[in-house]
Amino acid sequence: MATASRDILVQNAMGLHARPAMQFVDLANSFASTIIVRRLAEPPAEADGKSVMQMIILEAGQGTPLRIEADGDDADSAVAKLAELFETRFGEE
Amino acid sequence: MEIKKGIGVSPGVVISTAVVLDAEDLRVPKRLVAAEQVPVELDRLGEAIGAAVVELTTLRDSVAARHGKEIASIFDVHMGMLKDKYVFQQIMQAIKEQQTTAEYAVSVVMRRQSAVFANMKDAYLAERVKDIHDIEKRILHHLIGKKREDLTKLTNDVVVIAHDLLPSQTAALDRTHVKGFACDVGGRTSHTAIVARAMAIPAVVGLGNITEEVNTGDTIIIDGSRGVVIINPDEESMAEHREFERKHERLEIELRTLRDEPAQTLDGQIISLQANIEFPPEIDDALEQGAQGIGLYRTEFLYLSKETDPTEDEHYAAYADALKRLRGRPLVIRTLDLGADKYREGAESGERNPFLGDRSIRMCLHDIPMFKRQLRAILRASTLGDLRIMFPMISTLIELRQARMVLKDVEEELEDEGITFRKDTPVGMMVEVPSAALMATQFAKEVSFFSIGTNDLIQYTLAVDRTNEKVAGLYCAAHPAVLMLIRDVIRAGARGGISVSVCGEMAGEPLYTLLLLGLGLSTFSMNGPDVPEVKKIIRSTTMQHAREVARRVMSFDSERQVMHYLREETRKIIPEAF
Repeated sequence: MATASRDILVQNAMGLHARPAMQFVDLANSFASTIIVRRLAEPPAEADGKSVMQMIILEAGQGTPLRIEADGDDADSAVAKLAELFETRFGEE
Repeated sequence: MEIKKGIGVSPGVVISTAVVLDAEDLRVPKRLVAAEQVPVELDRLGEAIGAAVVELTTLRDSVAARHGKEIASIFDVHMGMLKDKYVFQQIMQAIKEQQTTAEYAVSVVMRRQSAVFANMKDAYLAERVKDIHDIEKRILHHLIGKKREDLTKLTNDVVVIAHDLLPSQTAALDRTHVKGFACDVGGRTSHTAIVARAMAIPAVVGLGNITEEVNTGDTIIIDGSRGVVIINPDEESMAEHREFERKHERLEIELRTLRDEPAQTLDGQIISLQANIEFPPEIDDALEQGAQGIGLYRTEFLYLSKETDPTEDEHYAAYADALKRLRGRPLVIRTLDLGADKYREGAESGERNPFLGDRSIRMCLHDIPMFKRQLRAILRASTLGDLRIMFPMISTLIELRQARMVLKDVEEELEDEGITFRKDTPVGMMVEVPSAALMATQFAKEVSFFSIGTNDLIQYTLAVDRTNEKVAGLYCAAHPAVLMLIRDVIRAGARGGISVSVCGEMAGEPLYTLLLLGLGLSTFSMNGPDVPEVKKIIRSTTMQHAREVARRVMSFDSERQVMHYLREETRKIIPEAF
C-alpha cells in the first residue's frame, strides 16, 4: 500500500464551493485509494475526499491551504490528478 | 374521546378508521419501529434513495436539454449529496440505533446537516442549505410516496387525516375505500373541499392540529354537516352518529329517485344540469347523480398528479376516456388553468401577486409548445363525441384572439399531417375576470359559449382572497356588484345568441338556484352530488316565480338582504334544505 500527499492552495475566486467540491469528489471516487483532505488553516478540519457534504463543510475559501492525502495502490496518481484540479482552478476563469 | 370543531365543507356522517398522512414540508413525526422492522426500514431507505437518483437523473437531463449544462450542473451537486456515503451511513446508523422509521432518520440527519451548513461563515456556502432541504424533500417524497401508494389499494374503509391534501395525493386515492377527510387547514373552496364534494363523502377542514392528535388506526367520526370530528368516540356518541349516518343515507336515496326525472320547471322550461370533474372516472358518478354532461373538465389535474408534464398522448387518452364514458353527452374541456393556487409539484412561481400574475391562459400563451400539445390532443379527440373547448381567465379580446390563433395553427398542422378532427368544434370562454364580464357583448360575437366562473369572478370583483381567513368574510356570491355582472353576462349571451352557463360553486348552491333561473340561466354546471338538490328546486318552481325572485333580489343593495330573502324563498320550496 502506498501513501502520497501534496499541499495546495485554493486559487479560484469562489473557493471550494458546491460545484468544484462535486468535481473533486467525482474524481476522488474514481480512485481506489482513500482520500483525506485536511484544512491547514485555522480552524483545522479534515474531510473524506469522497463525500461532497464533508468537502463543502471544510469551508475552503480562496487562499485556504489544504493537504490532499491518499492511501492505496493508486495513491500517487490520485494526488497528482486531484491537485491538478486546484491548479487549473476547476476550469473556472 | 375528544371532540374537535372545524369547518364542515362536505356534508354527511361517517364512522371509520383513521389513516394519518404526514405532510412533506412538516416535521416528520418520530415513530419507533420494532427491532425486526429495522431491516425493512433500511431497505426502504435504499429504495427511496435509488428512486430519487433515477428521478434526479431524468430531471437533470431534461433541464440540460432545455437550458444547457451550466444550469443543470446544480443537479450534479444534488446527485452528489444524495449518493454521499457519509450521509447515508449516518441515516442508517440512526435507523439502527434509535429504531425509527426511515423517514424520521432522513429528516433528523438532514436537519443536522443543514444546521452545520447554515452556520458556515461563507454566505454562498451557507446558501447550500436550500439544496439540502431539496434533497431531503426528494427522499421523503419517495418514502412517504410509498405510503401514498398504499392509499391507492386499500382493503378496508378509512378516513384520511392530513395537514392539507395535495392535488397529487387526492389523485392517487383509492376512491372506493376512502370515506371521509379531516384536515388541519383549508376552507370551503380548498382543494380538499372540492374533491370531497365531488366524491360525495363528508369532510371537515380547518381543524388546527388534528394530524397531531390522531394516530393511524384510531376510530374517528367525521360529521361534515356540522363541522365536527370526534376522536375515539364513546358508545353514546357512536350510537347517536350511526343514527345520523342512516338519516343522511335516507335523504341521499330520496334525492336519487330524482335521477331520471328531467330538470324542468312546473311551467315547462327545461334546464341543463351538468357536472364539474377533475378526473374522467368521476363521470360515472356524475351521470349516476343525474348530470346530463360535463360542463367543466379541469384538465390541470393531468399536470398536478406527477412531476413531468403530460405528453400529447396522455392528454388524448384522458379526453378519449372521458368521451367514451359520456356516450354522446357534451364534454367542455377547459384548457390548462395552472398558477395562483395550483402549481405543478415544486414549481411555485415566487410571484408577489400570483392571482394577478402569470396564470391560466396567460401561462399557456407564454409556453406555446405546452399549450399546443394540449390543443392537438383535444382536436384529435374531437371526433369521438360532443367535445367543446373552453379558454379560462380571458381578460382582453386580444388574449382570446391569440388563443384562437394558436388553435388555428394547430388545426393547420393537423391538416398537413392528415389527422382528422372536427372543424366546427365549439370554442367558448370562461367569464371570471370583471373586464370580460363588462365587455361580454363584444366577447359574445367571438365565441360560441360563455361559462361564468363565479369563484374567481367574486374574488376579482370584491378584491377578496377567499383563502385568507382575515378577509374571507367579505367573499360573498350575493354581493349586488357580483349579481349585476352575472345578470349582464347572461343578458349579453342571450342577445348574442350564445349559450351561457355558470360553473362556479354558486351553480351548485341551492340558495342561488331560484335567482340564477330567474336571471335566465339555462345551464348549471356543478359538483355531481349537488345535482339532485338543485334539480328538486327547479322541478318545484315556475319561471314566472323565479323571475319575480330575481327582480326582487336585484333591487336590494346589500348581500345580507339578498341572502336572507333567498333563504326564505328557498325554504318555502324545500324546508329541509337549510
